[in-house]
Amino acid sequence: MPDINTVQDEIIEEFGILGDDRESTIFYIMELGDKMEPFPEAEHTEDNIIKGCQSKVWLTTKEEGEKVIFLADSNTDITKGLISLLIRVLSGRSPEDIISSDLYFIDKIGMGSIIGSQRSNGLTAMIKQMKRFAIAYQAKSNAS
Amino acid sequence: MKTSEIIASDLFNSDSAPIKLRGAHFPVEEIRKQFPILHQVVNGNPLIYLDNAATTQKPVSVIEALKAYYEMDNANIHRGAHTLAARSTEYYENTRTSVKEFINAPSEEQIIFTKGTTESINLVAATYGREFIGKGDEIIISTMEHHSNIVPWQMLCQANGAVLKVIPITDTGEIIMEEFDQMLSSRTKLVSVVHVSNALGTINPISEIIDKAHAVGAKVLVDGAQSTSHLSVDVQELDCDFLAFSAHKLYGPTGLGVLYGKRDVLEAMPPYQGGGEMIKEVDFAGTTYNEIPFKFEAGTPNIGDVIAFQKALEFFQIVGRENIHAHEQELLAYATEKLSTIKGFIPVGTAREKVSVLSFLINGMHPFDVGMMLDAGGIAVRTGHHCTQPLMKRFGIEGTVRASFSVYNTKNEIDTLYQWISRIAKRKN
Repeated sequence: MPDINTVQDEIIEEFGILGDDRESTIFYIMELGDKMEPFPEAEHTEDNIIKGCQSKVWLTTKEEGEKVIFLADSNTDITKGLISLLIRVLSGRSPEDIISSDLYFIDKIGMGSIIGSQRSNGLTAMIKQMKRFAIAYQAKSNAS
Repeated sequence: MKTSEIIASDLFNSDSAPIKLRGAHFPVEEIRKQFPILHQVVNGNPLIYLDNAATTQKPVSVIEALKAYYEMDNANIHRGAHTLAARSTEYYENTRTSVKEFINAPSEEQIIFTKGTTESINLVAATYGREFIGKGDEIIISTMEHHSNIVPWQMLCQANGAVLKVIPITDTGEIIMEEFDQMLSSRTKLVSVVHVSNALGTINPISEIIDKAHAVGAKVLVDGAQSTSHLSVDVQELDCDFLAFSAHKLYGPTGLGVLYGKRDVLEAMPPYQGGGEMIKEVDFAGTTYNEIPFKFEAGTPNIGDVIAFQKALEFFQIVGRENIHAHEQELLAYATEKLSTIKGFIPVGTAREKVSVLSFLINGMHPFDVGMMLDAGGIAVRTGHHCTQPLMKRFGIEGTVRASFSVYNTKNEIDTLYQWISRIAKRKN
């Protein structure tokens, strides 16, 4: 599996091809959302909703060996596409890698200007929650 | 150039009489020239501004008046012993006269400047409500109210034990008058209803509502935020006790609104906020309050915006309310018919009487996604609950996409909207 920064660089390159074409960018993000792994119906709970997002976003995890797998869903296709990028970068990695990651691709692809500052705050909330999950997994494995 | 010297434009260099239309031709291209903001490219496409129910754009005369005020006339109003103060006071009070004429109020004293419709309603709740509505009294609103005509009454009811009642609506988005009839009783102290729904565009039978409320002795507040820019609102003809509306939905500046009230009611109401301007005499032993409207205008008001607002009213008057209404109705009919042919297009709010607001959903798509895709095409619409969450719950939806048309919109713009919505709808339909 390529490391976090390699995946980030891939995403930056993909968005670079789209350039300033906002229409293609939006449609591309929505297609990414369409391709996401289905979210388990039973996980659409109030507890799994991320606070601070304008759209509804559900996030849950499962452990595979020492790796953290993220599963997420949203009621809007664009948000779903955006979180699919976070999952592509962070899912299936060790808690340490997730915690220490620097997600520079978000600024580089100009996500702030695509979704606006309020929704960027939602994205930050999502990243924080992903890191919190990783910290919890790390604490659990240190304890055992 | 002083503020007073700014005329609406060369186009409108008449004597403020409404323009006479040649045949059925509405000079929309000429009108568009008055709105500098419209002539820009957004995301690679010419801007198509269809978010007019949220706020309208400002004609150049308003922008220039605002600039001229700060360049030439800025001074605090009332009680100034110098020329600039006299000038700004004169212009400020001139706007009050224009507003009086705009809604056909009996006098200038009954026009109170506020921050907007929201503050106007809060003012009534905090003064009239606290003084004249008590435990067990009833306040009636409708299901289609904006949050600003719900929450102030909820707060009042919490504070004084009054009861809030809500008139239900039909699936098309119309008030059920029979239900309203049954709610009215001697306990009803206030009916506060929106004239035109911001989310659906429904025009409510406000005259009938006012007459019925008065028959049981209740006062009526009309939320005119969405109606004053489209319809003729004559407070004497309506006989409403209060009318609240905002300048920024009427081609005027943001942060400015109006509260009209009947004289006896306003005079009986206690002041809203304490401070400068609203007093007659202050002594540590006690304070006496100023007359209306100043009793309700504590502190330095929004002078510049009030002055510029007069130019907005002038623009409105010169283009002519009837002309604006006819143009907007034509756009609404055209858009409704055209978009209805798109597979997956679901209109929300199909009342018989509507202003130029088209709320809709695209089957299988979230309004936010539709809005973002339209934005990519330079088309500005509003998406979400439109500050009417109870109304959205009534329809069992989270929100809608809302396109709202104004004096400067064109059929060409609606054609572009249609093309984009068609493409977007194909994703899921």
